Amino acid sequence: MSTVVLTLGDDVSTDVIYPGRYMATVLPSETPQFAFADLTDFNAKLKAKQVPPGSVLVAGKNFGCGSSREQAVSTLKGHELVIVAKGFARIFTQNSVNLGLRLVEVPDLDAKDGDDLEVGATEVVNTISGKRFHVVPLPPARQALIDAGGLIAYTRKRLMDTVKK
Amino acid sequence: MGMTVVEKILARATGRAAVKAGDVVEPGADLVMSHENAALVINQFHEIYKGTGIEPRIWDPSRIAVIFDHRVPAESPKTATNQKKVREFVAKNGIAKFHDIRGDLGGICHQILPENGYVRPGAVVVGTDSHTTSHGALGAFAFGIGATEMASVWALGAALNVEVPATIKVVVTGKLPEMVGPKDVILHLVGLLTAEGANFKVLEFHGETIRAMSTSGRLVLCNMSVEAGATSGIVPADDETLRYLREEAGVRDALTPVQPDADAVYERVVELDVSNLEPQIACPHTVDNVRSIGKVAGTKVHQIVIGSCTNGRLDDLEIAAKILKGKKVAKDVRMLVFPASGRIYTQALLRGLIGDFVQAGAVVMNPGCGPCLGIHEGALGDGETALSTTNRNFKGRMGNPTSDVYLCSPAVAAASALTGVITDPRGPAAGGAR
Repeated sequence: MSTVVLTLGDDVSTDVIYPGRYMATVLPSETPQFAFADLTDFNAKLKAKQVPPGSVLVAGKNFGCGSSREQAVSTLKGHELVIVAKGFARIFTQNSVNLGLRLVEVPDLDAKDGDDLEVGATEVVNTISGKRFHVVPLPPARQALIDAGGLIAYTRKRLMDTVKK
Repeated sequence: MGMTVVEKILARATGRAAVKAGDVVEPGADLVMSHENAALVINQFHEIYKGTGIEPRIWDPSRIAVIFDHRVPAESPKTATNQKKVREFVAKNGIAKFHDIRGDLGGICHQILPENGYVRPGAVVVGTDSHTTSHGALGAFAFGIGATEMASVWALGAALNVEVPATIKVVVTGKLPEMVGPKDVILHLVGLLTAEGANFKVLEFHGETIRAMSTSGRLVLCNMSVEAGATSGIVPADDETLRYLREEAGVRDALTPVQPDADAVYERVVELDVSNLEPQIACPHTVDNVRSIGKVAGTKVHQIVIGSCTNGRLDDLEIAAKILKGKKVAKDVRMLVFPASGRIYTQALLRGLIGDFVQAGAVVMNPGCGPCLGIHEGALGDGETALSTTNRNFKGRMGNPTSDVYLCSPAVAAASALTGVITDPRGPAAGGAR
């Protein structure tokens, strides 16, 4: 069971997730400090380790729209947040698959701060309201990358296979 | 079954007779681009090789372009050090398509790639920047990827697990009215499609308006296709594409334009008649929050920005200079002009446009991304409003979450600079009759 720690609307851009002024910071080990930097209260909670790994962030349509900046994914991955949204933007989706950030697409989602969710592979259950929601599965090509442990591991294996040949 | 332009390009790039939307392919990359975020790509590239015993090696340095534009000249020691590391990597690996911070050869990546002839019709282009969609203007399939994915491309020479996108055909007809241009067309289209309306899809542009449009205008359309969520925008290459590549980009070798099949399968067709289109404004804080200028005219602005990968080319500067020449920027407005490249800066200088801007009271900055993404220059104060020819108006985009950003064409930006409020360029303030 995972608690919803932040609820956001539609079209949350990468500028909100990871403001451009921190883009000179690139390493996944350093980006987590700037997650939602302009939502100062939430950022403070993250930095104070008051948000347990596996906590859920709920959002509307088109989450992660905008920039290709990978910091917007590594900053959330660093806190091991799970993003449950009505929909996701393309580059953000691919970056999340590549880096292993868990995205769950739930078009009919209804949840708010403090709700407890059971996030399964095919269904999300809001244990507070009792409502159940269908999960849109990832395309098989993306699932293959996740199963390989992310893109770095996947590419590494491909390289090794090439050398063996 | 017929193929769209992107399906044909991907079939060629994967050595198949045909592909269709939904297929998963690994297209070879013809051109790959990064800017300052090459620093992260380099880090991830070395991560891939860790523990393998294989020496890290780029598959083909001649296909890699690295352009510094996001923070030029460096705003901090951290950026300067990242740029230094990238410079060393580029030298060590023999990457020739490197555009450092220079007044002659430098500029914004999405201008540098076309004007140097790096992008060809039918090519597969990937870049670690969401506005890589721009290069569809030359008939290439161009899309944005993350830094780790780019590291993988550097190692393998192909993009992995690419799902062939479905295509929306956009047919634009009608002659654009005076003071209405490509920026108004794409803002109008993003408003119609919404910010997620083209997610995971391609916008393929057709119609008499597109045929009559310069490559500069087509770059505007494809640049902002991503604001409707599109994987890419694309204009099938035609005579204008070949003219641009031969005459402006100096390309000498053979070019192979790719056209869609007559029976290509489109997910949907969107038809736009632009003969009565009004200047369009994207209002805070989403790019699809688009209104005709009449609805927002009179809104007070504090900073005007003309430039960026969207609207920093010579025709953009020309229309703005024509409106500003011999007049003055309103006294409570800061106007910043960013030519998109050193080449454009030089052309503007020789044509007297830079003088027109400076004498009107504008500040002409060096080519680069400037204030567009809130990193570097031209930050906004608390509660201030910017009117900008850039491509995004998200909350906090220009570095201050309490500020507002409106997006518009260069003509609207220049007319508004004279008055300090959002102003119709067809009206008396800009010398027009309305």
